[in-house]
Amino acid sequence: MAPILQLKGITKQFPGVLANDHIDLTLNQGEILALLGENGAGKTTLMNILYGLYQPDEGEILVNGEKITIHSPTDAINAGIGMVHQHFMLIPVFTVTENVMLGSEPVKAGDFLDRPKTAAKIMEISSQYKLEVDPNDYVKDLPVGVQQRVEIIKLLYREANILIFDEPTAVLTPQEADDLFVIMRSLVKQGKSIIFITHKLREVLDVADRIMVIRRGAVVGEADPKQANRNKLAEMMVGREVNLVVEKDIKKPGDVILSIKDLVVTDQFKQVMVDKVSFEVHAGQILGIAGVQGNGQTELVEAITGLRKSVSGEIKFKGQSILNEPPRKITELGSAHVPEDRQADGLVLPFPVAENLVLCTYYKEPFSRGVVLQYEKILENSEKLVQDFDIRTPSSLTTVGSLSGGNQQKVIIARELSRPIELLVASQPTRGLDVGSIEYIHKRIVQKRDEGCAVLLVSPELDEVIELSDRIAVMYRGKIIALLEAEEVAKETLGLLMAGIVPDKIEKPQGQRVVETTF
Amino acid sequence: MGKKDLEKQDIGKTILEELTGGEPKEKRQKRGIWKILQIPALAILTGLIIGAVLIMATSFDVYDAFKVSLWKGLGTAFAEVGEAYLALITGSLGNPVEIVQALLYGDALDFRNAINPILESLVQSTPYIFAGLACALGFRAGLFNIGVEGQLFIGAAAATFVGYSLTGLPPYIHMPLAFLAGALGGALWGMVPGLLKATTGGHEVINCIMMNYIAYRFTTFLLTGPMSRPGTGGMPVSPIIEKSAQIPQFFKTPIRFHLGFFIALAFAALVWWVLFKTTLGLNLRTVGTNPRAAKYAGMNIIATTIIGMAASGALAGMAGANEVLAVNRSMAIGLSAGYGFDSIALALLGNSHPVGVIFAALLFGVLKNGATKMMVVSTIPIDIVTILQAVILIFVAAPAIIRSVYRLKQPKVEAAAIMLSGWGGVK
Repeated sequence: MAPILQLKGITKQFPGVLANDHIDLTLNQGEILALLGENGAGKTTLMNILYGLYQPDEGEILVNGEKITIHSPTDAINAGIGMVHQHFMLIPVFTVTENVMLGSEPVKAGDFLDRPKTAAKIMEISSQYKLEVDPNDYVKDLPVGVQQRVEIIKLLYREANILIFDEPTAVLTPQEADDLFVIMRSLVKQGKSIIFITHKLREVLDVADRIMVIRRGAVVGEADPKQANRNKLAEMMVGREVNLVVEKDIKKPGDVILSIKDLVVTDQFKQVMVDKVSFEVHAGQILGIAGVQGNGQTELVEAITGLRKSVSGEIKFKGQSILNEPPRKITELGSAHVPEDRQADGLVLPFPVAENLVLCTYYKEPFSRGVVLQYEKILENSEKLVQDFDIRTPSSLTTVGSLSGGNQQKVIIARELSRPIELLVASQPTRGLDVGSIEYIHKRIVQKRDEGCAVLLVSPELDEVIELSDRIAVMYRGKIIALLEAEEVAKETLGLLMAGIVPDKIEKPQGQRVVETTF
Repeated sequence: MGKKDLEKQDIGKTILEELTGGEPKEKRQKRGIWKILQIPALAILTGLIIGAVLIMATSFDVYDAFKVSLWKGLGTAFAEVGEAYLALITGSLGNPVEIVQALLYGDALDFRNAINPILESLVQSTPYIFAGLACALGFRAGLFNIGVEGQLFIGAAAATFVGYSLTGLPPYIHMPLAFLAGALGGALWGMVPGLLKATTGGHEVINCIMMNYIAYRFTTFLLTGPMSRPGTGGMPVSPIIEKSAQIPQFFKTPIRFHLGFFIALAFAALVWWVLFKTTLGLNLRTVGTNPRAAKYAGMNIIATTIIGMAASGALAGMAGANEVLAVNRSMAIGLSAGYGFDSIALALLGNSHPVGVIFAALLFGVLKNGATKMMVVSTIPIDIVTILQAVILIFVAAPAIIRSVYRLKQPKVEAAAIMLSGWGGVK
């Protein structure tokens, strides 16, 4: 039997970039093929060709051994190819049923929408693949993980046999990701075929039947997940040896830099998000806050950095109260903040790199004299930081918005770490980044800690927290439910704690701790 | 992907060229004057073509001529259009023949009269420059100042009052004082929506519109009451402004070319400097582009919003002050020909950049002046002239239409971003 999907010699050239260079790909029925590659390796271009959003310059596409041309997503759907996009294409104020039927609405009695018929089919699909979606829920009320399942239902409803998942776990919590993998397995067991695009190594090893690695637009190799290991895959992906384990000495922590006592913070609906939290961060220490997103970490960080008003409690930085002080004052005391959402908070995307690099210091000497900005100094500073922090940009004058995610984050890291600081608050510093950038940013954070800076690291990526932290606090529903020495805690224990389950006694790991990574 | 990146890089360069006052000058010019001018040029052309059809379709002479014969009809139609457009051009830019003759044979007076149409176009452009700067500054700060018209009226009233009520001051004190009073009036009027937005989140567009109505009625009240000219029996006209407060005109009547034009250019330079060279400007632009990042960077968003609206209002007030101090020499109700609203289109056309605003204002001034002349010379009814002007402005002010008609490439995204942030109402 012919493979369900075959790509032969697909080539796509953009001005200045060869995005896809004679790519061959074979997908057999009932398997999960992982397409592994760094951001910008050409994975998405390839899938967009398959989905009809781009036309290939060369090469052919075969479905069930038959050659087809795909000019639009409609052609792709007719050929049984469906795509779950990273950013969902759902209308929040519509119900699940309405979202699913959108575009091919069944009608009854003339011109009335036949919602019950669609709803029944959704129920059928839902139970067949264990998707557990209620067709009558409004999409806006559903958690992200369930919204993604609605996207999957949309494809199954249109009878897609080849499902493409584009970085599906980027928006999910670890639990939701695990649920998704169960669903994916159930899909292939019932005859569907899946292409799974990702740059996270662990996921690939967990779920794929076969791995294909793409680098700079070309296939650099295939691997069998049963035999491959992370280091090997990372090396194939990046093209050089990657050090997945952050090297970090045991260090004696210094004085208390940040101390928080009984802090209470509410969100905009006056709901308590941070509930009487207390902890301390010492100089030369990384305190990692683990927890599923939405358990108060965002509000905690915003309160510390002055972006959100606290209700009560105490925040002291070097012994001085910074509770409800304006952000600039806190910054000037010697703190730095890598914000959770780099594009919304950390950068002004239409501004050039140079201006973004002085966003927190532009009003001070030497970058301005009186009210007059000194652009010569600003550019000088930028040239230096671009060099020092290896920011890949055509020039200091390029807008930050046109850089890749990793380089955008490096701009923030460069700006925040190049100042003399004693406290670094880093919120999800590697979210959505590729292996190379993650490695680099981790190294920089540890280096700052070695210089004696106190670091508060917030991340929903358990591996990142374990790997970097000296101490780990687990946050659940606004409370810190455990505060542990990183060396003494097993990953499984942390996983339970993140889900709000406190084990009777904190288990010690057997033998030496295996350092896991975030990929 | 790659293609987009290349385009984006280009924007980055362009923006920083603006910011740093430009890298190598040759490189900038190389990028093509045509690229900058093609939209306005095509807009004017399209407007004129549609206008020509309008003129033909509404002229009784043309219909009469068509009754005689097709050829006569066509001939008359084109003659009418030709006459009208000739008037438009000579009315706004002068008659080249007259200018050459005056240069060769005439005296200084003849020459001045010959180039008066150009000078008059500059006079017409001056309030547009001020008002356009007001809108552009607002856009840069993420504020949609639709209240320029009202701020202009208040500014004019304040300048008028200082202009006629104070006597015995030397010109070098009185004139700047009256002008600054106008700026202050506009600033206060603009600050109200700014304050409301910064402190309560009330959207500036709605509040500006309401402030416009208050400004109209308030100035009407002033002109018919406390500020009305004695002996006119309650006509809505102010007393004549003291000689010492008037912005001087350079030549004898009827040439109205005045110092205000150069004041406007100076303020354009000042606005450019503040926006792109000072910390305040970086504050304004950051708050305007990404308020969340501004907050993160420790900028004072409330103060910046209030300052932004006040500065925008001050420029609008100057537009009004200029009109009364330099051109009319007294204030009447029909002070503004919709400068405040045209200025929104004008600022967008000029990409919210002071240099762009100057050119857009010149274009508006030329069109307005030429249209007036066209009305006087040709037989076209006044309404058609007004419609023609509006048609040209539609195309000039909405480049997207031109781009889709002539299938031009999408240019910089900057203007669009500025627009959106103005409407977003982000606090």
